[in-house]
Amino acid sequence: MSIAIKKSIRVLKNLMLEEGVYDLWLEADDMVADARPGQFVSLYCNDGGRLLPRPISICEIDRDKSSIRLVYRVLGKGTEEFSRLKTGDLIDCIGPLGRGFTLEGSKALLIGGGIGIPPLLELAKQLSCEKDIVLGYRDLTFLENDFKKYGNVYISTEDGSIGTKGNVIDAIKANNLTADIIYACGPTPMLKGVKEYAEVNHIKAQLSLEERMACGIGACLACVCQSTEVDHHTNVHNKRICKEGPVFYADEIVL
Amino acid sequence: MNDMNMKVNIAGVSFKNPITTASGTFGSGMEYSDYVDLNRLGAVTTKGVSLVPWPGNPTPRVAETYGGMLNAIGLQNPGVDVFIKRDLPFLKSFDTRIIVNVVGKTEEEYCEVTERLSACDVDMLEINISCPNVKEGGIAFGQDPRRVEAITSQVKKYAKKPIIIKLSPNVTDIAETAKAAEAGGADAISLINTLTGMKIDIERRTFLLANKVGGLSGPAIKPIAVRMIYQAANAVTIPIIGMGGVMDGEDALELIMAGATMVAVGTANFINPRATEEVIDGIEAYMLRNNISDINDLIGCVSGG
Ligand SMILES: Cc1cc2nc3c(=O)[nH]c(=O)nc-3n(C[C@H](O)[C@H](O)[C@H](O)COP(=O)(O)OP(=O)(O)OC[C@H]3O[C@@H](n4cnc5c(N)ncnc54)[C@H](O)[C@@H]3O)c2cc1C
Ligand SMILES: Cc1cc2nc3c(=O)[nH]c(=O)nc-3n(C[C@H](O)[C@H](O)[C@H](O)COP(=O)(O)O)c2cc1C
Ligand code: FES
Repeated sequence: MSIAIKKSIRVLKNLMLEEGVYDLWLEADDMVADARPGQFVSLYCNDGGRLLPRPISICEIDRDKSSIRLVYRVLGKGTEEFSRLKTGDLIDCIGPLGRGFTLEGSKALLIGGGIGIPPLLELAKQLSCEKDIVLGYRDLTFLENDFKKYGNVYISTEDGSIGTKGNVIDAIKANNLTADIIYACGPTPMLKGVKEYAEVNHIKAQLSLEERMACGIGACLACVCQSTEVDHHTNVHNKRICKEGPVFYADEIVL
Repeated sequence: MNDMNMKVNIAGVSFKNPITTASGTFGSGMEYSDYVDLNRLGAVTTKGVSLVPWPGNPTPRVAETYGGMLNAIGLQNPGVDVFIKRDLPFLKSFDTRIIVNVVGKTEEEYCEVTERLSACDVDMLEINISCPNVKEGGIAFGQDPRRVEAITSQVKKYAKKPIIIKLSPNVTDIAETAKAAEAGGADAISLINTLTGMKIDIERRTFLLANKVGGLSGPAIKPIAVRMIYQAANAVTIPIIGMGGVMDGEDALELIMAGATMVAVGTANFINPRATEEVIDGIEAYMLRNNISDINDLIGCVSGG
């Protein structure tokens, strides 16, 4: 495995997809060769007062154009700064980081919630098996048309304005979806629901987790999650999300 | 460049240059060895090591603040056995000095870890009596000068290696704690550990860190580090390892001129994984630019004037 590098890279484009959600393409020649779906990069702010890099998942990898796509939501001052990036600007970036999804199974169920949806796109593209894709939104939807190229898309919205009213689990039940492998990314309550659903139905599941990070490379122990077994590296019931994760098998972790 | 001396000496241990890593920001060097040539560092200072594995605090463990960050990792570490079996051999494969940071919940635990590590091939032990993030041990020992002196002299009995006492900045008079460490028999002192801070998440109307409080580090604390190193240097004769907000060579030089013999790079590693090497380059460039042939000439040089 080659290592992540920190360097300044060029912004190819940065457009608003939906209110507060942005679509950023970066020129990333040295990164694309090793990048895998489910991995992330960390972006640095230009404002020297905001020291820590912001982890953002890889949404798409374009090997022909040597570029990567990130889709992010403006949450605080860092992502607000990113939203003002223009074509041709340079941004400091480190990546690809972490362990991504393992491609396996013959019938996959991809489950994304909110800003956890983007990392599933490259996965959907690379998975050659049969796929059902469930996307959960609060109200406004984004990226759903990108997913339609790669599988059957089912949508849930909290207000029921599009698709099933409720959450992703409601949409799975409403459409009787089955699978032998689940891939999921989204807020922790959603992941808890997916983990439980997978356990009850004896389906193997890979979950992508999130935690506040500092180093992003496994040294500072900021980003741990609880593990079912004593972890090989930490020697306690903790795994590093930035290093062993962000993707874990559901039975490896406690949510 | 060849006739420039970067070598420094602390308690009979010589270091190829004055730059080490700040405990807890560099693991045991493994992760950063992909980015940094560890052979170039004066020393690697490890994450705190305790007698048995410690799971640390709940998450969130870090929060960004303007020009700095708060952490409440809670001294998660795999314990001294795994450290000796796995991390130490890794570090031994490099041509750099090894400083092991020691933590405990009781005086006995500090002594036991010190004894275990003294039997190993390490160069120095840094006794962390200043961690603000654990309920027992840590800072509880570091804020009262009498306890600083007592624990120093206890640990010293078990230490077959020179010991560095790591001081807390969360005190009214740093000179007093520095003197207490010296009186207890410390071979050197290091400062500053993090400053206790707090951040509130106004959307959730609660503490951002699960531990409520955390230790502030990064460039925001550098002026405090410089002032405290200066005060400590004027209070004791033992050497000082300085840390606190060093981002580049110029920052390190400030700490050296205030009185530090060595300087540790901490939070900067998170912002730039190559920070340690770049700090060394920065110091060398400064010396070249100013015709300084020996780094030792700069240590505490402001005091003379
Ligand atoms: C592995 C991983 C992948 C991610 N992928 C995406 C993605 O594809 N798209 C997207 O929109 N967001 C993603 N996030 C969340 C994203 O990192 C945060 O929204 C972002 O850091 C917020 O920064 P800010 O400066 O705008 O917010 P602020 O609240 O001002 O940030 C302050 C500090 O807190 C950290 N922080 C705040 N919220 C989070 C969070 N939810 N997770 C981790 N750190 C946080 C920031 O990095 C920063 O250090 C991901 C997080 C992780 C851990
Ligand atoms: C994430 C993190 C973990 C730390 N862990 C330890 C530790 O285990 N032992 C210790 O003595 N100091 C620890 N520290 C304190 C640093 O070694 C250092 O004293 C402090 O961060 C100031 O330096 P800086 O501003 O360069 O980071 C830690 C600091 C950070 C940011
Ligand atoms: S962010 Fe430092 S270990 Fe994961």
